[in-house]
Order: sequence, then structure tokens, then C-alpha cells
Amino acid sequence: MNAVLVVFIKECRESLRDRRVLFNVLLLGPLLGPLLFVILLRLTISRELAQADRALPVAIVGAERAPNLIAALRAQGLEPMPAGADVEAAVRAQQLDLALRITDSYAADWRAGRPAQVELIYDSSRRDAGAQVQRLRAMLENYSRRTAALRLMVRGLAPSLGTALAVAARDQATPQGRGALLFAMLPYFLILSAFVGGLWLAIDSTAGERERASLEPLLVNPVPRARILAGKVLATSAFSLASLILSLLAFMIAGHFLPAGELALSLRLGPLVVGAILPIMIPLVLLLVVAQILVTSFASTAREAQTYLSLLQLLLVIPSVVLSVLPFRPQLWMYAVPLLGQQLSIVQLLRGETLSASAPGLCAAVTLLVAVGAFHYARRNYESERLALSG
Amino acid sequence: MIELDGLHKAFGARKAVDGVSFTASDGQITGLLGANGAGKTTTLRMLYTLMQPDRGRIVVDGLDARTQPLAVRARLGVLPDARGLYRRLSARENIEYFAALQGMDGAATRLRVATLVQALDMSAIIERRVEGFSQGERLKTAIARALIHDPGNVVLDEPTTGLDVMATRGLRDFLRGLKAEGRCVLFSTHIMQEVAALCDRIVILAHGRVVADGTPAALRDLAQEQNLEEAFIKIIGAVALEELA
Repeated sequence: MNAVLVVFIKECRESLRDRRVLFNVLLLGPLLGPLLFVILLRLTISRELAQADRALPVAIVGAERAPNLIAALRAQGLEPMPAGADVEAAVRAQQLDLALRITDSYAADWRAGRPAQVELIYDSSRRDAGAQVQRLRAMLENYSRRTAALRLMVRGLAPSLGTALAVAARDQATPQGRGALLFAMLPYFLILSAFVGGLWLAIDSTAGERERASLEPLLVNPVPRARILAGKVLATSAFSLASLILSLLAFMIAGHFLPAGELALSLRLGPLVVGAILPIMIPLVLLLVVAQILVTSFASTAREAQTYLSLLQLLLVIPSVVLSVLPFRPQLWMYAVPLLGQQLSIVQLLRGETLSASAPGLCAAVTLLVAVGAFHYARRNYESERLALSG
Repeated sequence: MIELDGLHKAFGARKAVDGVSFTASDGQITGLLGANGAGKTTTLRMLYTLMQPDRGRIVVDGLDARTQPLAVRARLGVLPDARGLYRRLSARENIEYFAALQGMDGAATRLRVATLVQALDMSAIIERRVEGFSQGERLKTAIARALIHDPGNVVLDEPTTGLDVMATRGLRDFLRGLKAEGRCVLFSTHIMQEVAALCDRIVILAHGRVVADGTPAALRDLAQEQNLEEAFIKIIGAVALEELA
């Protein structure tokens, strides 16, 4: 039997007997992402829905000066609340989300046909108040437009004179595209689950073996070290891949727990999409595993290896952050950057776009090339005298 | 047969091994005796090709370790200084892993494991997981693992470390058995009684050099002492004085 296979089988067998590995690979890695995802999405979606339907309570100062306005707002779903003496302070102290003040000169201005002033008091740095401010502003503009149209008609003019521009919004986002905005974090979760799946075995099979002083006897066997390394890489890849596949399945199931229909978002990860994501991810899985094993081969204890790998894990989030902060148009060269390329390809798949053959091909080729380079570096490290000496 | 010729190895400025030459013959037990830090482990590590000597030649059964490291390793059964086992595997699985790495097939492995279980008295522990083994049980497993491929040359680095009296006695009997089978047995130790009880040949190392090489009787004559331990101290002491001069 080939030594690579011998090492592969032994590493898998030993790891399957370890509850910590099983917990990481089968539960923590693949399920944490989808679970977090569903909870977050449900929370956002249900909150937006609730706010759109509910009456909008607004503290109003000087309501008695504009009974007609208040009645019109009430008809649109506003619920007037009594306001305290100092509404500005109340908004600053976050006791009120927003307040409306009818100015002292409102009645006089209104009767004279001058623009009558109302004041919206809110804190724009509070994101959750933004939707309410938007709603109240729309109600006020609605009332303003209607009154203006009536005034024009009374003077025998066409109401359309008051509207110089007609702006119609035509959103070109496909339902899938809108969903993919929410799914922008999904590639990160997939990459993370692959990373976590291989993490423990990578640590255990190099730094751990060194720490437990079993590496020296292992290397005394008449087997080239590159084969031992290859067996360890394959075993770690198998666990990493298992974690990734479980994660994809979990996302497929999680899609059914999203109230997607209500927001016309199709966040469903179908078998076709999953089938396309997998080949995109496999070269990256290899690269991640080789990188993990390379990094751990510098460490002499499992604890040290863990520290190094948590730093490596931080790097994974960079493409996600870059993509969400700088929404640039994908260029071909970006696919040649491992991690970024996979991220872009998966986002494109989720948006329901068809991938050209060249971009994912380039992505896979470069990623594999880097993986092979990293493997050779790890092999050189493995062949150094220093490696086997424990303690 | 193991032949070492003019081995040198330095770590930075420190010369760990400084011109070590000796031969360990088949059918003999050769003891490599020296204080801690005398260069025993480094010498053995070069022998089983874990380290490259800076200078010098290592020949095992006529094969040069520099040009044919894999063939040399296949002819050696090595119990290194580090002898960690895989805790989640049973003793048998630990041994079978190394058998597979040695390229042995299933039938030959089963036969050889049975022989070693008999010789090392391991029948009570062979199917148990290594986790929770005593020192002696660990050592037996490590030795069985090292000898699974039936090597003609057996190299053991401080094999008796951490063993109680009974286990040490058992190990001595086992090593005598290996010698009777015509194997070349080379082991290192810093304990005088070990070599006195076992060895046909003693090589004394001090400061990375061979300071004496011969049968126990020859060494006693050399130092003009009846007691081997006194002889050892006298020889080492002479070297220390030489170093100072």
C-alpha cells in the first residue's frame, strides 16, 4: 500500500475517534454560519415588516395649531403622542425616536398661503429611527403636494404645473440579485467552515505530533517525508471538505426557514447552485489546508499552532469586507486572487448570473498553483532537521 | 552491522559530535555509554538519518546512509529518544501503522505482531488503546513498533529510562534474545550497570568523542580497576583533566 494512503487512513481513523474533532467538523464549522445567518435575516426582515404595518407614534408639539394636518397624518397611519417640554433633549437622550413641531407661525402662514413650517426632530446617527423618519417625511410631502394641487385648482390652474419633474423609480435588480445582497456574507461562511473543518487535524498532525514526541519515530520509517506530508494534507482536506459540504447542505435547508416570499427575495440555494459552488471551492480547500499545515509546521506546540492559525483565520474575512465596503465591478484579474476569486464567483452564482468559463477557470488554476507552491514550501520545512526534534 | 567513521556535527559553535568512529557487529550487544550531553543522542540521530553529519561516513550492512537513506532506515529498528505513541489507537493499531509504512502486507504483519506479542509479553495490552498505558507498557509498544519489520540492526536510545526494576530485567532478557538471533544491537545509556550486565562491547563517549572502546574486561584493564564503574569514572575523569589542560 502506498505510504500516502497509509498516512491518510491512519490520520482519518485517529481523528474520527476524537470527539473534539467531530464537534468541530460536524457541528461547529458547518452549522454555526447558517444558523447565525437565518437568525440575523429573520430578525431584520421581520422588523422591517412590522415597522411598515404598524401605526407610527410621533410626539407632536403644537398639534392644536394644525388640526387639519394632524387629521390627514392620522389617516395615513400616524398616531399623535403628547410631547414633553423639551423634545430636542428627549430625542438626544434617545427617549423619543422622532418628534414633529408645528411652529408658532404655522396658522398665520397657512392662511396667507406662505409655506408653513413644520420641524422634524430626529437623530440621523440612529439607524433604527431612519425608517420612521422616512415614513413621516413621506406623509408630510404627500399632504403638502395634495394641498398645493388643491390651491392651484382653486385658482384655475392645472395641478401638474406644480410638478416640474416626474421621477419614476424602475429597480433593475432581479429578485435573486436583491437576495444576493443579503447573501454577500455566504461565501465567507463557506470558506470559514472549510477552514474550521481542517483546523484541528492540521494542528494535531504536525505540531501536535511533535509535541507528543511521535514525529521522530514516524520519520524514522523508510518513507520520503513528502509522502507523509501528502497523506496528512489529504486527510486534513477530507475533513475540511466534509465540513464544507455539510455547511452547504445546512444553507440549503436554512433557505426554507427564511420568510423570503414576503420581501420578494429568493434566497434559496438550490442543488444546481450548490453543485456549481463545490468545484469552485475545492481548489481553495486544498490551498487553505496546505496553508494551515505549512503554518503549523513552524510551531512546536499545539497551543502555538493555534495562535498562528487564528491569525491566518483573520485573513479570510478580508475579501468579504473589501467586497462589501468597495462595491467595484469585478475585473478578470480579481479572479486570479485566491479567496477573492472564489468569493466573486459564488456571489455571481447566487445572483443568478451565468459564469463565463474563463473567470472560474483562471481562479481555480491560480489557486491550485499557489497551493502547489505552498506544499513545496511545507515539504522543505518538513525535510529540515529541526522538524522532528521535539521539545 | 553498523560502521561509523569520523562523524562530526556542530550546532552553531557547539561541537556536539567531534569525530566519533566505532563499529557495532552482528550477534553482539554494543553499549554507547556517556554522561548527559556527551553526544549519544546526536550520534544515533545521524545513524538513523534524522540528521546529516557535517563530516564522516555511516555504513549499515554495507549501505551508505548519505546516498541510500531509505534503504538504511529499512535495515534499522529504531527506538528513538522521543517515543510518543498515538493515544487514540490501540497498541496493535500503533504497530500496524508502522508495519504498513515499512511496506509489509497484512499476513506478514499479523505473523510478526504475534511473535513480538509473545516475546515482549504484551497479550494483555495489545488490543487496548494506548491512552492510560504505564511507562513499561508504552515502551513495549514502542519497541514492538520499532522491530515490526524484523530488522537486522536494532538501535535503542536510552531504552531503560523510566522503567522499574522488573521491567528493566525483562528488557535485558529481550535484548539478549535479539543478540541470540544474530542481530546487531546498539543502545545508549548513562547507567553503568546497564552496560556491565549486557554488553559485549562498550564505547564510551565524552564531549562528543570516543574516549574508550573495547570489551568490559579490556576497559577494566585499561583503567586498572576491578570495578567497571570506577574504570568509567577514571576514564571520563582523565578526559576532563585533558580538556582543562
